[in-house]
Amino acid sequence: MKIPISWLKDFVDIRIPVDELADKLTMAGLEVGSVDRVGGWDKCLVGCVRSVTPHPNADRLRLCEVDTGSTIHQVICGAPNVTAGQKICFAEIGASLFDPRNSKPMTLKAAKIRGEISEGMICSELELGLSDEHEGILVLPEDAPTGMPLDDYLGDYILDIEPTPNRADWFSILGVAYEIAALTGEEIHEPSVEYPEEGEDIHNQVKVTIETADLCPRYSASLIKGVSIHESPGWLQDRLKKAGIKVVNNVVDVTNYVMWEYGQPLHAFDYERLLKQHVIIRKGYTGEEIVTLDGVQRALLSDTLVIADDRDAIALAGIIGSKHSEIVDITRDVFLESASFDPGNNRKTAQGFGLRTEANIRFEKGLRPGLVNIALKRATRLINLVAGGMVAKGQIDEYPGREEPRKIRLTLLKIKHVLGIEISLSNIVKTLKGLGFQCFVTDNAVDVSIPYWRSDIMMEEDLVEEVARIMGYEAIPTTMLSSPIPHHKIQDFYTFRENIRDLLVREGLQEIVTYSACSLEALRRMRLIGDSGKLVRLANPMSSDFEYMRPVMGAHMLQTLISNLSFNRGPIAIFEMGRVYLKQENDLPEERDIVAGLLYGPYSEEGWLALDGEFDFYDAKGIVESLLGRLFLTGDYTALDEGFLHPGKSASINLFDRSVGKIGEIHPVVQKEFGVTEGTAVYFEMDVRSMFEMATETIPRIKALARFPSTIRAVSLLVDRKVTSVSIQSIFQRNKLITKAVLEDVYEGDGIPGQKCSLTFRVYLQSPIKTLSSDEANNVIDKVLGILKSETGAILRGTEGQD
Amino acid sequence: MPVDNSMEQLRSTALEELDACTSNLNLQEWRVRFLGRKGLLTGLLRGLKNLEPLERKVVGSEANQLKVFLEGRLALAEGRLIEQETLILGENDRIDVTRPGRLKKGGGYHPLTKIRREIEAAFISMGFQVVEGPEIEWERYNFELLNIPKNHPSRDIWDTLWVDYRNERGERNMLLRTHTSPMQARIMEQEEPPIRVIVPGKVYRYEATDRTHEWHFHQVEGLAVARGITFADMKGTLYEFARRIFGSDRKVRFRCDYFPFVEPGVDMSIDYLAPGATTHDWLEIMGAGMVHPKVLEGVGYDPEEYTGFAFGIGLERIAMLKYGIDDIRLFFDNDLRFLRQF
Repeated sequence: MKIPISWLKDFVDIRIPVDELADKLTMAGLEVGSVDRVGGWDKCLVGCVRSVTPHPNADRLRLCEVDTGSTIHQVICGAPNVTAGQKICFAEIGASLFDPRNSKPMTLKAAKIRGEISEGMICSELELGLSDEHEGILVLPEDAPTGMPLDDYLGDYILDIEPTPNRADWFSILGVAYEIAALTGEEIHEPSVEYPEEGEDIHNQVKVTIETADLCPRYSASLIKGVSIHESPGWLQDRLKKAGIKVVNNVVDVTNYVMWEYGQPLHAFDYERLLKQHVIIRKGYTGEEIVTLDGVQRALLSDTLVIADDRDAIALAGIIGSKHSEIVDITRDVFLESASFDPGNNRKTAQGFGLRTEANIRFEKGLRPGLVNIALKRATRLINLVAGGMVAKGQIDEYPGREEPRKIRLTLLKIKHVLGIEISLSNIVKTLKGLGFQCFVTDNAVDVSIPYWRSDIMMEEDLVEEVARIMGYEAIPTTMLSSPIPHHKIQDFYTFRENIRDLLVREGLQEIVTYSACSLEALRRMRLIGDSGKLVRLANPMSSDFEYMRPVMGAHMLQTLISNLSFNRGPIAIFEMGRVYLKQENDLPEERDIVAGLLYGPYSEEGWLALDGEFDFYDAKGIVESLLGRLFLTGDYTALDEGFLHPGKSASINLFDRSVGKIGEIHPVVQKEFGVTEGTAVYFEMDVRSMFEMATETIPRIKALARFPSTIRAVSLLVDRKVTSVSIQSIFQRNKLITKAVLEDVYEGDGIPGQKCSLTFRVYLQSPIKTLSSDEANNVIDKVLGILKSETGAILRGTEGQD
Repeated sequence: MPVDNSMEQLRSTALEELDACTSNLNLQEWRVRFLGRKGLLTGLLRGLKNLEPLERKVVGSEANQLKVFLEGRLALAEGRLIEQETLILGENDRIDVTRPGRLKKGGGYHPLTKIRREIEAAFISMGFQVVEGPEIEWERYNFELLNIPKNHPSRDIWDTLWVDYRNERGERNMLLRTHTSPMQARIMEQEEPPIRVIVPGKVYRYEATDRTHEWHFHQVEGLAVARGITFADMKGTLYEFARRIFGSDRKVRFRCDYFPFVEPGVDMSIDYLAPGATTHDWLEIMGAGMVHPKVLEGVGYDPEEYTGFAFGIGLERIAMLKYGIDDIRLFFDNDLRFLRQF
């Protein structure tokens, strides 16, 4: 909202620089977004046009004599509206103005036009940078003092303020003025609301009926008959323009002017268009329509509050008027409304119609009924002043929702309790009085009466804030918390998850963070859509790219991969710790913590030491195994049917027979869908909560260290390819004298039958009570070979065909 | 032969031969030959038993001196030999130490993880605990219990993404949380005071994306409630946070601001020199305030007995300030060239 300093000065004296004022307001909670200067017109003065004569050599130009108090200048002027006796803005040679041809700054030079000398310029609004107006010169009021520097006469500063939604009063000059008064210790001057009531009693000329007292606690009106509708006077237009308000006509301009002053929206109706001179405040009927001032036809709803005459809706209450009853050139009699409307209904209705008007912005914040009559009187006075006419005697004042005076007690104890400091009663009273509160001091407390323009003060704490913010938050000391520290709740899960993050970084993976929502298309590419009804869908997504809360992590990982490939050919090793969202009936969705990782491209960075080869399944598995190992977990890996993974190169990751995740190469079709046309991406994901639950059962127990050396045997077996290495390993490790069997080599090819492969294990034999002899070790191996043969068909390589 | 002579001769022979030694092996042979148990010096000493006791004592002492002398020379020769070998190693067995080393593949943290951990550490050291909450929330927790009723204009502060869900009355009441503040109510519903928690997490707004706005970002919520907590305690706690994150020379400003769930409300800013700017400006880094009595009442706390403060910190904004990041979108683009700088 824009507020000219010159207008504010009607209400409060301002004796500090405008930047300091802006800073004080901002610190107190009313943010001043910017301070714009109007003026900076060096060498521009108020001038008086003494004479206007035709230019001897040009039909459209005139020779003017301009008096600036000390000198008379001859000026050539082309404006059609220049006449003798006018007060105008005169620019001397050397003045800096805006060039009307291109709106760029220029310096005024002396000129000779068709033989006549021009010693300056009579300026238009555009040349002064006031507006785009260049039809004619800017004519100043008659009382403008000749010779006064224009900066002193017209110059101004405009505060662009950003009121918070709790402060309806900050949408008014009065409210901001009280703020300044409190912050600077100045007095408030409220403007006059007096006018003569010479007409017939208003109650004989119009009837007002409130049908919905809950939505309209107060409705006041005055009647001004015999007005003449025309342009507003210059001073009024000037202020509205500076405040950024569109100028319409004198009556409408006054309603806007007073709305700016008091924050109370008003509406002027053409009295003669009110059917049966009956105004009804009611809800809309089904099927009822209204054409609002913006020319749009709107269908009313049953909870739309309207102002109606005896038949039709003539305004959306507190939002916008109708075409039907608007003030036009031929309007003679004005019915002027000032009322209170329910803020919630007002906001809902305006949002429903997609409207946001200055009236609605104020009503939805909640305006006190006390504002209604004072603003009505102010506006009636000004309409009478600028549009003439005769004001009817009295005002309509229907007030079914009469508000009791609001009083709140503020105790010294509460101040101490909330702020942590003691403030004297006299300082509290001084601060609150500055804001316009009435204060009655009692023992260790102040009874505070809340002024009619403040709708935000509801409780004692609100007054505490008033005192604190006006005195300044800087005045409050800083202390460290001295209240007891709560019992520490052991955050096992949080620590566990952060631990996984650390371990994956140590494994060489880069952490990423992706959006929590995805498109249906991305899920389709993942071959994941079964039933989109099972997904958490947003009602108003930012775009279809983010329409569904992600049910899996993989899609974003693949998107991250492809977006990086244009700059980076790998190695790419990334992970994310995030949530997936699973719909639940009539409850919040389940949010599951998932860790997912993706590997792609060459195994190592380029360079003279680079190792050949690309990431494959076993790299991902190594990371998973290492991660689980660090968490004292051992996984087992079983076949998996997962649409987005390679059917032959993927596995379920299980802990104690419970699946906690999956690992595998991305299905070539899926990978292609995401635009990765070469190489192989390997993926893993694990449910962190499930891992955590399993990990709590796996506390490491220290085993005694072996005292005797171990004996090592390499055993090469010929096995059927369907036999898993882990099944053979576990048969070895079943034997009490074998501490471990490590798969050392896998060989398929020359010399090995097609359906078989050769697995070489390095077997460690050790006894807790002695050093094993070579014979003893051989006996153990022979025994295990027997079991291997009977359980898996594996035979010692080189003994094929023997019995 | 007089012992004197033979000792002198042994000495010169030993030195001569020592000089001729060129390897560790030679030195060991030399030691055995002259100083060993069956060596020449021992042999010489063995001959002493034929001498007069007095003379034996004199000669014995000389022989011992010679032994010490030769041992000293041996040590010197060993040292010299190591020096020679070192010289040769340096000359003949060189690698190019400027070649790149064998890199362990580098992993790294997302900058938001880094900054979150820093913030967590600052508050944990002040007795706060970390808790988390749901990102998809009921309207009641996101708004109503925070003193933000339906159709209230303060809802304009939070443009909301709603879940496509309606309750039995046909109302949309499930949403993506617009701030981490719903956890204030959830925690207080479950716990008795004293409370000191921080809540990191993702939040969402219906907001067009540009350099400084994202529809999806992160906050850290804070809440401290107990008997006797004051505005001054809040200032102290938040100053300490700023000092920990930005250093003690950074200026901090508290101004009044409005959030429906606090009273009085605060906006905390720090001084900031924008790239290319010549004057410092204030940049808001968090909203805070004393917990509103209505919020306390809403969860069944007696506002006459308990007070507290709450705050909400934007993680991206802190990271941007601290690391000089000028575009919020970089956090979610996941360009590895960006992420690897942290």
